[in-house]
Amino acid sequence: MFEISPAEWTAILLSLRVAVIATLVATPFGIALAWLLARREFWGKSVVDALVHLPLVLPPVVTGYLLLLTFGRRGLVGAWLADNLGIVFAFRWTGAALACGVMSFPLLVRPIRLSIEAIDRRLEQASSTLGAAPWQVFATVTLPLALPGVLAGMVLGFAKAIGEFGATITFVSNIPGETQTISSAIYSLIQTPDGDTAAARLVLISIVIAMGALIASEWFARRATKRLHGN
Amino acid sequence: MLRVDVTKQLGEFSLEAKFESQGRVTGLFGASGAGKTSLISMIAGLLRPDRGVIALDGETLDDTSKGIHVPPHRRRIGYVFQDARLFPHLNVRQNLDYGRRMNGVAAEPAQFTRITDLLDIGHLLDRRPGKLSGGERQRVALGRALLSKPRLLLLDEPLGSLDESRKEEILPYLVRLRDEGIPMVYVSHDAAELRQLATQIVMLRRGRVTALGGVKVLT
Repeated sequence: MFEISPAEWTAILLSLRVAVIATLVATPFGIALAWLLARREFWGKSVVDALVHLPLVLPPVVTGYLLLLTFGRRGLVGAWLADNLGIVFAFRWTGAALACGVMSFPLLVRPIRLSIEAIDRRLEQASSTLGAAPWQVFATVTLPLALPGVLAGMVLGFAKAIGEFGATITFVSNIPGETQTISSAIYSLIQTPDGDTAAARLVLISIVIAMGALIASEWFARRATKRLHGN
Repeated sequence: MLRVDVTKQLGEFSLEAKFESQGRVTGLFGASGAGKTSLISMIAGLLRPDRGVIALDGETLDDTSKGIHVPPHRRRIGYVFQDARLFPHLNVRQNLDYGRRMNGVAAEPAQFTRITDLLDIGHLLDRRPGKLSGGERQRVALGRALLSKPRLLLLDEPLGSLDESRKEEILPYLVRLRDEGIPMVYVSHDAAELRQLATQIVMLRRGRVTALGGVKVLT
């Protein structure tokens, strides 16, 4: 039961790689967007807010299909990227990372936004009266105080990314060694006769990873509160 | 010299203040809700006047008719808030060093020691703000503003959140500061406090300046 086969290892490592890359690339965008939503008023803000949350409520297969239309080989953005920069998403692990990044984005942004909103703006004012330019205020006050929220968002985004299935399989299919993550491996295994044991192993592994991420996220949230109280 | 001539509408409340101050310590006196904090927030650049001019030592900081608004970080005006507002993620030493680091100025250990001695906060340097008493926090806030080398120091009821014995603890430091010669605008609703510190008084009532002059206007 506990012998993990090479094919399963491939799926596990690919899932980890896809989720780590998706999270790392999405985080700077997530911070920028969270800051905009928390601190700025602009025209169309509610539309942007809704767009960020869209992957949470759309059927994943719809998100995957939209990604395929946009970033596929013949997609508007996909064709341009392939021709000019040599970046291909379709049926590659990078496409899986893109799908996971998009799907986990709302979960990444939310804790960051909440932690920025929780920061006393008067501290940022104090910072500016001491000579800090707006970017310095952000770098030395806002971001450090929001850091636990950023880490919590990253952990949550990572957990979502590693479990993503619908959008990924729609966009980049289910190719062992290239786009077959834990989820799609489980899907294949339970459709195969005698695949139950292997599927159960992968199920257990994904439960362990998800639990670990949730516990870590909870820990970061507690740190955040402590930090804001200056202890 | 500080010259202020501004109007600002804040909801129902309208502020219309005009005064010039030559004094080393300008006492801004008035009951709560008179507009004192709004007025010094405008001097600091945190709040923009609807109309008017603010100038310090001949430099225009705000002039709405010319579209001039110097942002707070370029004004070199220190601000000591009633609630200290120390950075909770930094220890006392890092809080004190903050202004110097933001302005990219080289460390001056002698000046640092002089200020920490003046305020008796040398023994607190490694503590986090959360572990300080109210009086200690206020002294660190004073030191932090001073070490950013302001050309004007704004103090918004720096004793307001402290009880009587703590006030007695801080007041001598403020007198020392005044005698250092840094120009200050000192906001208070406590006439006794201002009699001890101020060299000139601006009296504010319901958003209007009702009296200007020496400390005797307080009587």
